[in-house]
Amino acid sequence: MNSRDDWRPTASLEMLHLRAEILAKIRSFFDERDVLEVETPLLASAPVTDLHLHAMTARYRGPGADEGRDLYLQTSPEFAMKRLLASGSGSIYQICRAFRDGEAGRRHNPEFTILEWYRPGWDHHRLMDEMDELLAELLGSRSAERLTYAEAFERYAGFDAFGESDEGLRVRVGKLGARDAEGLSRDDLLDLVLTHIIEPKLGHCQPTFIHDYPASQASLSRIRDGERPVAERFEVFVEGVELANGYHELTDDAEQRRRFESDLDARRNRGLPEVPIDEGLLAALEHGLPDCAGVALGVDRLAMLTAGTRNLSDVLAFPIDRA
Amino acid sequence: MASYNMNQVKVGLKIMVDGDPCVIVGTEFVKPGKGQAFTKVKYKNFKTERVNEKTLKASDSLEGADVMEREMQYLYTDGRSWTFMDQETYEQVEADSNVVGDSQQWLKEEDLCMVTLWEGNPIVVTPPNFVVLEITETDPGVKGDTSSGGNKPATTETGAVVRVPLFVQIGEKIKVDTRTGEYVSRA
Repeated sequence: MNSRDDWRPTASLEMLHLRAEILAKIRSFFDERDVLEVETPLLASAPVTDLHLHAMTARYRGPGADEGRDLYLQTSPEFAMKRLLASGSGSIYQICRAFRDGEAGRRHNPEFTILEWYRPGWDHHRLMDEMDELLAELLGSRSAERLTYAEAFERYAGFDAFGESDEGLRVRVGKLGARDAEGLSRDDLLDLVLTHIIEPKLGHCQPTFIHDYPASQASLSRIRDGERPVAERFEVFVEGVELANGYHELTDDAEQRRRFESDLDARRNRGLPEVPIDEGLLAALEHGLPDCAGVALGVDRLAMLTAGTRNLSDVLAFPIDRA
Repeated sequence: MASYNMNQVKVGLKIMVDGDPCVIVGTEFVKPGKGQAFTKVKYKNFKTERVNEKTLKASDSLEGADVMEREMQYLYTDGRSWTFMDQETYEQVEADSNVVGDSQQWLKEEDLCMVTLWEGNPIVVTPPNFVVLEITETDPGVKGDTSSGGNKPATTETGAVVRVPLFVQIGEKIKVDTRTGEYVSRA
């Protein structure tokens, strides 16, 4: 709090109404499709291992934890929802809060609202169809265009994302005013090109879905073998804003454990804090996660786009500096 | 001097870039959902006034610049340097013509200016937004013409040439906006 007026919300009353309307529309969209609304804990015993996602911690002390126990605020409800899927829930969705340490800016707030849903038996393309229908209903947008990651780089950055050498990428990124490009990994360099050059151009006449990411950016998605193996992952962009990220989900528990461990190695190399692996998720995968696709969408950003503003704080009652 | 990490950067912070003192005029946090976080920093070079942009990753840092802005009184010039004084400490600094630049035409003795100091030395001199100057030279206007019709060049006591209405005469004082160099009114 900096001034006496900081008790006031940054969103107007009109925006609060708009948010409520969006939530109601989402719920009716999934209700009509027989997708079950679920709630899972915001606190988890293990966070994600992603190199670029940082979970906040909270401490529980009480019955069963006299010495106190560290819990992580979820960065997304993915692990808990996959445990429900493995237990036979069928199609599910959730609207909840997620927390990401270190992320604050015009389009980021460390606490934000996620819509996440899963469709057993579907692949990422079928899920993109449903995403398209949801966006048409919420944003009134035209049917989305679909570009592969390679096509998006070719069209908007003018080079082959898979074929370009690391050195060539560094030269391109150096021209963007990035300092110390030497210290960046290949994926970091690609991210820079994506966020600085490509992303602002995406989703202006209709939403843009980018799919088939480099295998090194698979995260929790399946990798499809081929001459150039690609991750069956997609992202959604509307008016230059990244809105959602989805996967044809990885179901192989051994592969999942390998990815967790390789993340932990990478975290150690960068001097990031050690985190436990979510054994509950691995046990669920071992039991059997149905073949499925899932996606997470930023509801605050969706509200921002619906309202036609470019600043997240216009649609948040109280952003972090007024929390 | 302190260095700043990406959680500390904000508009107004003074930083060193390639050996020059600069001020941050904009920041933007950029992060793909699953990717590396970057901070775009827009900064203005104090000397050239040019605005540039840098992209830094979360682990990068920026070196702080020892830059302060102080209100100082303009005392006098010997034609090569301009002397300013801090009215509280009576400390005096000298700025050369590169630093004073176009501001010199607005400098009137005893006026208060904003002086930007880098490591104690002036790098920018900003005159007051409005100054009152006496006209030392101008063509006599048509007598009795007080209409807003035309204007004419007039030289002021500091050497600045300002377009003034025809009725303004030698010896009169006028108020000038130093940001636009335009005549505001008779003073």
